[in-house]
Amino acid sequence: MEPVFALLTGIFLTIAIYLMMSKFIIRMLIGVAILGNAVNLLIFTSGRIMREVPPVIGPGLDVPAGPVANPLPQALILTAIVISFSFFAFLLVLSWRAYSTLGTDNTDEMRVAEPDDAPLPPLGY
Amino acid sequence: MAAVSSPPADLSAALVLQPVTALDWLVVLPVAWCIGIGAVLMMVRHRTFLQPLIAVAALGVLAGLDAALLWHVAQTGPVTMVMGRWLPPFGIAFTVDLMGALFALMAAVVALAGAVAAVTDINDSGRRYGFYPLLMLLMAGVSGAFLTGDVFNLYVWFEVLLISSFGLLVLGAEREQIDGAVKYGFLNLVATTLFLIATGYLYGIFGTLNMADIAAKAGPLRETAPLTTLIALFVFAFAMKAAAFPVNFWLPASYHTPRIVVSALFAGLLTKVGIYALIRVSVMLFPFERRELSLVIAVVGALTMITGALGALAQTDTRRLLGYLVISGIGSMLAGIALGGPGGIGGAVFYALHSMVVMTALYLAAGLAARFGGGFSLAALGGLYARHALFSALSLMLFFAVSGLPPFSGFWPKVMLVKAALDSGAWWLAAALLFTGFLTMIATGRLFLIAYWRPAGAPTLQVAVPATALLPLMALTAVSVLIGLFPETLLGLVQKAALTLDEPSAYLHSVFPAGSAP
Repeated sequence: MEPVFALLTGIFLTIAIYLMMSKFIIRMLIGVAILGNAVNLLIFTSGRIMREVPPVIGPGLDVPAGPVANPLPQALILTAIVISFSFFAFLLVLSWRAYSTLGTDNTDEMRVAEPDDAPLPPLGY
Repeated sequence: MAAVSSPPADLSAALVLQPVTALDWLVVLPVAWCIGIGAVLMMVRHRTFLQPLIAVAALGVLAGLDAALLWHVAQTGPVTMVMGRWLPPFGIAFTVDLMGALFALMAAVVALAGAVAAVTDINDSGRRYGFYPLLMLLMAGVSGAFLTGDVFNLYVWFEVLLISSFGLLVLGAEREQIDGAVKYGFLNLVATTLFLIATGYLYGIFGTLNMADIAAKAGPLRETAPLTTLIALFVFAFAMKAAAFPVNFWLPASYHTPRIVVSALFAGLLTKVGIYALIRVSVMLFPFERRELSLVIAVVGALTMITGALGALAQTDTRRLLGYLVISGIGSMLAGIALGGPGGIGGAVFYALHSMVVMTALYLAAGLAARFGGGFSLAALGGLYARHALFSALSLMLFFAVSGLPPFSGFWPKVMLVKAALDSGAWWLAAALLFTGFLTMIATGRLFLIAYWRPAGAPTLQVAVPATALLPLMALTAVSVLIGLFPETLLGLVQKAALTLDEPSAYLHSVFPAGSAP
């Protein structure tokens, strides 16, 4: 099962990187969203995939009765999902503001903070 | 419902059964305090008068807590506290050693200075948009990153400080800030995601995320697992966070856009968290792999410091000039990490502490210079010396400090690094360090010549500067001078910190008092 997931993670990462290399913010945003999912899949696969019972301890027991699925990757992914979702939301709003304030979604044309024709420092006293 | 009861299990293997002593609470208190005060500040969001009072007092307390923590750690060695009573490696552990405590204390000092400077720099609108709550959350993230003993937890604190830094960066929502924030946001998100990818692989290899556990288990796994690839991923991610060449372009694109206090705090805090994480992971967890990669790190470090200093020479905007100096300093710290040993790692830690203080102070000085001289452009600035001699003297001291001249704080780490480089035969690295100091001296010397000594072009209005604006600058400069004049204590501490990292048995013992993990 793991090789399939590894392959899927690789495909996700490829698409994400391809999209993020675009100069248009909207594509970069989609790339970021896919990148987040690629990483979640990666953590999930790292935790080893088992078709076992859920990690629930039965009543009156102190340890699970038999082998159970690894619960930790799920906790990690849950954290990562929350974080990447909030980041995506922030970047989405930021991109919208950038589009409405700067009038472009092409990063090549976003030269307000770093002007193309910045003057040289004074060469003499 | 019949109660089925099994025989009582022995919980001592998994849970802390003794109450935690008061001193050990110091380990988590800095983080909890920052989050709590952040929430309080959020509640008084509209009382713009109250906010700075609470924040400054709270950061003062935070500095006190961190100082007490440093004292405690220096006395007893690394201290561990676990979350929810779960013993490591099951629960998340906060483990503080000397390096973490030193970084946390310096960060608190820098943040305190920033909060005082913000009283005059951040107006009511900025306060209503949450400058102080965001600052407290930023400090929660920074302190958490310095104190945690768990790799995934470190990632979480990275994200906490990153999201707060987004909020601080766009405070004011000017065109420049939006532009800078887009680049800062995307590139930093990629960097932290790379960190998360590396963490995923780490978990896949080790099955644990506790740092002490990893350090203990790395030895046997070294033969079979692709640890060098893993650590290369970590180095790449942290180098991007620390703004190392050639993945540093987010820094010059964004650091000059926010309010000057925000720039100052970023320059003092953010990149150093990247350096801290790099030292923690590469030196303590994977020392062999660090040695394998040391040439790469050394070359990257040399290129970072030289391109940073050259970039500083080419800038007209004083804030952008300082941004390149931040990058240049990162190169020196990377050189220390590449060299290793007490001299190299100690030098890197010392340099980071010095850089936190001095870079923050330099940005604050640039802000004051803009207030006196009417802008940030070197073409327009002039006559600052005639206007305010004390301010000029403070600035000159900081320029000397950042260039690494005695008797200021930049001198000692540079001595340590150059000596370590020469001892290990890396003469070219020592030459790069000295050449960078020379270039930095030219850049800052020209800044002083043009902005301070050159007569003012057009007569500008006299500006009254309140004490709260000059006070943090004076305090930070005093710290730099004190470190420069009396380096003994700090030198001893950083060397001890480097030794603890090199030989982490005390760290491991603090997490697993009964020997290694099951």
